[in-house]
Amino acid sequence: MSSKVPADLKYAKSHEWVRPAGDVATVGISDHAQHELTDIVFVELPAVGRKLKAGETCAVVESVKTASDVYAPVSGEVIAVNDAVTKTPVLANDQPYGDGWFFKVKLSDPAELGSLLSPADYAALIGG
Amino acid sequence: MLKRTPLVESHRKLGGRLIEFGGWEMPVQYSGIIDEHLAVRNAAGLFDVSHMGKVSVTGSGAEAFLNQALTNDVRKLAPGQGQYTLMCNERGGVIDDLYAYKLAEEDYLLIINASRCDADWDWLQQHYDHSTVPGAIQLKNVSAQHGIIALQGPRAAECMKAALSGGSIGGVLVGTATDLKKNQAGIFLFNGVPITVARTGYTGEDGFEVVVPADTLTAVWDRFLEVGQPFRLQPAGLGARDTLRTEACFPLYGHELDEDTTPLEAGLGFFVSLEKDFVGRRALAEQKARGLTKKCVAFKMTDKSAPPRPHYAIGQPGGPKIGAVTSGTQSPSLGIGVGLGYVPVAHAAAGTALDIEIRGRPARAVVVPKPIYRKPA
Repeated sequence: MSSKVPADLKYAKSHEWVRPAGDVATVGISDHAQHELTDIVFVELPAVGRKLKAGETCAVVESVKTASDVYAPVSGEVIAVNDAVTKTPVLANDQPYGDGWFFKVKLSDPAELGSLLSPADYAALIGG
Repeated sequence: MLKRTPLVESHRKLGGRLIEFGGWEMPVQYSGIIDEHLAVRNAAGLFDVSHMGKVSVTGSGAEAFLNQALTNDVRKLAPGQGQYTLMCNERGGVIDDLYAYKLAEEDYLLIINASRCDADWDWLQQHYDHSTVPGAIQLKNVSAQHGIIALQGPRAAECMKAALSGGSIGGVLVGTATDLKKNQAGIFLFNGVPITVARTGYTGEDGFEVVVPADTLTAVWDRFLEVGQPFRLQPAGLGARDTLRTEACFPLYGHELDEDTTPLEAGLGFFVSLEKDFVGRRALAEQKARGLTKKCVAFKMTDKSAPPRPHYAIGQPGGPKIGAVTSGTQSPSLGIGVGLGYVPVAHAAAGTALDIEIRGRPARAVVVPKPIYRKPA
C-alpha cells in the first residue's frame, strides 16, 4: 500500500512533515507514519511558547500497541497546537496532512528548511 | 530463522502485517487492531494461533503422570473434556499455563505457549525421567504436525455451523460441532481429515479452537473465511488477541506469569487442586496458609492519559511505588486505558485508587473487578 506524499511539503527522516508559510511552519506526521503506527489513541503536544530545537523530542503519539516520539523537524517557538487532534487522536490517522496537524512553530532558523527532504527524497526513503 | 505457520501466504494475501512473536512470524493485524477487536466483540474473528505448542501424552500412566505435572485435577475430565491448568516448579512458580484435553482414555493433548515450548518440553522430559507413576507413558511433541485456528465472537457458532457438517467421531460425541459445550472437544471429519474442535478461547467471547493437521490447515482457514462472510467474520491478528484477552483479564505468560510468580498470586487458585499431589503443591499450600503478599489486579485509568504499558510503575496515590504493570493497553471496547498488574494485597480491593507512572507523570487509575470488559446484558 503506497502512502501519500504531498508535493507541497517538506519532510524529516523521522517522518514529520513541514508546511512553511512565511516565517511560520505547520508540523504533523506523515501518512506513512500514521499507517505504520496504526490506530492512534493518544497524542501529546508541546506547550505553546516552548522553544524547540530541530531534532529534539517534542510530542508523543501512542497507538494501541506502541508509543512513539515525535521530533521537531525545525527550530522555533511553538505558537499554536492542534487541540482537535489531542481530543480526537484518530484525526492523525484519517487526515495526517489536514485536520490531523500537530503544531505551528515560528521559525528561528528558516535556513533549516533547506536541509529537510523533498517529497521525492521522502518517497524514496519510505520505498513508496 | 523465524518459524512460519502453514498460513503465512494466506496472511500476506489478506494484507496481514507480520511480526516476530515467540520465534514465529505471525500476523499482528490485518485491517487494524481496533477494527478486528470490535469485530470479535460484535461479530466474529478468525485467528491463526498455530504457533502454540502441542504435546501428546498417551499410555496407561498418562493420567497419573499429568496429575503430578499439572496443578488442576485431570481425573475430573471425561473423554472429550478440557481444562485450563498450570505447570509449576517446586517453589510454586509457573513454568507455563496451558490447556489439557482428554481426547479419550489414556490419550491427552496439551496446548502450550509458543514461547515456552522448549522450557515445557525440558521440564516434562525431566519429570518423565524421574517419574515413578506405574504404567507406560508416551510423550510426543506434535507441534509441527498441527496448526490451530481460533474462531471467536458472538457469531462464531453460526460460522462453525456453516463450515462443518456432521457429527463427531471422537472426543465428546455430538451431532454437530455447535452442540459442544464450553471446554468440550470433539473430533470431526473435514473433507475426510480428522480435526479436533474445542469450544474455548482467549477473548472472553464464545468460540472454538480447531486443531488441524498442517497440510489441511489452509483449506479449513479458507472455508471459514468463505462461509463466514454473511456473519461478518474477518481475520484477526495477535494485536487484537492481546487487547481482547487483556479486557477479559486472561493472563499471558511472560506478563502476568513467570517462574517467580505463583498461580495463587495471579488469581488462578481455582485451577490449583491442593487435594492431590503435584510439583509445587507444598509451596502453594504453604503460601495459601500464610496468606498472599501480592496479587494481580485489573485497573482502569480514570485520568485522561496515554495508555498504560507493561513495566510502568504502580504507586499509591501521591505515594511510593508499590508494584508494576504487567499488561496495559487502550481498551478498544471501552475507549480508555486498562491493564493488569501486581500490587500488595492491601491495595488489591476493587475501588482502590492507584497511580500509574506514565512517561514520568502519575496518572490516576482505579482497581476494578475482573473481567475489565463484560458483555452488556
